[in-house]
Amino acid sequence: MAKSEFAQLKERFEYLTERESADHLAVNCPADQLLELCTALRDELGYDLLLDVTAVDWDAQSPRFTGIYHLLSTTKHAYLRIAVDCADDIQPSLPSLCGLYAAANWHERETYDLMGIHYEGHPDLRRILMWDEYPYHPLRKDFPLAGIETPFPAEDVAEATHARVLPAPMAGGPFVSSGDGPMSQTEPRARDESWSEQKEKPV
Amino acid sequence: MATTTKEISIGDLGARSSEAEPTLQGETMALNVGPSHPTTHGVLRLKMELDGDIVKSCDPVLGYLHRGDEKIAENMTYNQFVPYTDRLDYLAPLANNVAYAMAVEKLAALEVPDRCQAIRVLCCELARVSSHLLGIGVYGMDAGAWTVFMYTFTEREKLYTLFEELTGARFTTSYTRIGGVARDIPDGWLGRVLEFCKGVLPVLDQVDKLLTRNRIFMDRTVGVGVISKEDAISYGLTGPNLRACGVDLDLRKDKPYLGYDQFDFEVPVGTTGDCYDRYMMRAEEVRQSVSIIRQCIDQFPEGSYYAEEAKKIFAPQKAKVLTSMEELIQNFMIVTEGPQIPAGEVYFEAENPKGALGFFIVSKGGGVPYRLKIRGPSFCSLSILEKLIPGHYMTDITVILGSLDFVMGECDR
Repeated sequence: MAKSEFAQLKERFEYLTERESADHLAVNCPADQLLELCTALRDELGYDLLLDVTAVDWDAQSPRFTGIYHLLSTTKHAYLRIAVDCADDIQPSLPSLCGLYAAANWHERETYDLMGIHYEGHPDLRRILMWDEYPYHPLRKDFPLAGIETPFPAEDVAEATHARVLPAPMAGGPFVSSGDGPMSQTEPRARDESWSEQKEKPV
Repeated sequence: MATTTKEISIGDLGARSSEAEPTLQGETMALNVGPSHPTTHGVLRLKMELDGDIVKSCDPVLGYLHRGDEKIAENMTYNQFVPYTDRLDYLAPLANNVAYAMAVEKLAALEVPDRCQAIRVLCCELARVSSHLLGIGVYGMDAGAWTVFMYTFTEREKLYTLFEELTGARFTTSYTRIGGVARDIPDGWLGRVLEFCKGVLPVLDQVDKLLTRNRIFMDRTVGVGVISKEDAISYGLTGPNLRACGVDLDLRKDKPYLGYDQFDFEVPVGTTGDCYDRYMMRAEEVRQSVSIIRQCIDQFPEGSYYAEEAKKIFAPQKAKVLTSMEELIQNFMIVTEGPQIPAGEVYFEAENPKGALGFFIVSKGGGVPYRLKIRGPSFCSLSILEKLIPGHYMTDITVILGSLDFVMGECDR
């Protein structure tokens, strides 16, 4: 079933290659053909609903970032996943789909915020979840789970209240086993005394 | 007349409103609604620019509830993440649990037995009833109708008692597991669900009498916040918000999962896509859900509530863990290393009360997902605000926000 669908797509867009997927059809597309592909998909093949834009960080591999798009056809009720590799590992960028799907606007802002992928042609590429001056992209694999301490966003407030942004107490906290070392020490319960009523929480 | 922008409240709206057109009084006012305000239904901030009573531009600001769910998911086992899915749409945790579990099961190519599927259908539909009851009640309240909220909240309270009997928790249920559900249904529970179904319909009629032909309610909702069919699709709306605009798309019908194709139910579809239509969608969906629940209980299958062949995925039963060495070791492995899921990529979407909740999972094999992306329907519902709100009166904003029925927990990553 999926095979023939892919064959049909391949006939029209010869640059596509099939991508392994546990569910519906998935294709690899070169970044410079993405706009052309999506225009045709939306206008001629009925994939009119952009469900999701995201990216995967492959960490040490190259290409490091892969942009992922999920499309749904509201008439044919078929899903399609498009994967696009970013050529540049240091400053990854992809073409923006905002001109085709209005939904891309927020999804791309989110991916930019959390993954640091620059969407070229996006009308308003701001951060959406973190504050504007935040220096990191937290969903990248090299960003630690416990967070990195950064200055409080509002300087005047921080000065008056002595407020600062602390890392979330996850890794090294009382509820998460770290997995490195003997079980007796990495099990959450064993480390629960990291802070208690007697012993103050480490800052 | 000279155009100036007067800053009244705290905020940096100025940057986006500098090109304000000449207005009646020659100046516009910046107004922040939220981040904490009763009508924002959570921590959402709307940076608005007002010309008298009319909103000229609106910039929704999310991120006040940013908990980093996806990052957390990538650092814990598949089973450990189930309680976190409760916190996405915390008004329908049972449905979120099911959607997540099914995404992982699809990756593991795991089939759950019929009884488990039936239990999950009940979970999803009861969650939908619960979510819509609150949605309608709070919506009524946004439009100034207090009584409706009292009626629907009482019914929802009864549902929570049923949830407590089933899962042990009223609010955050964490009921499903990869490969099944946490425990079988308690004795006589199905009967009590049917009793609830019998009781909820008169309440819906009552709500219907209070709202549907109410002059004030209609004046405040009909023709307000109209979303065109094209816009709805382009902005990626799903669920009742999309169907209110006249798009017949319901994943339960069009991409059946959990055996939804066996049930006989209607998908309500609106025509104008205004606030009134969105209310009508939800009211009708509750009735359809009740019908599905009744059909499901009518032919409730016997059998196991978990996939028994899933040795390396579903933890063995407690009684066996305490008596058999092999099961003890298996339990230990699943708890410490997580259920062993093969490598691959999967995307699964379920029709949740708020829309299509999707999970995209990249696995490199083993017990921890490499990448887990959540597609929250409320996120898309909110992205249309930028386009939807300008041109409306300030008082309409509460009704528009209420009609979209979003939950901020889903806008978080």
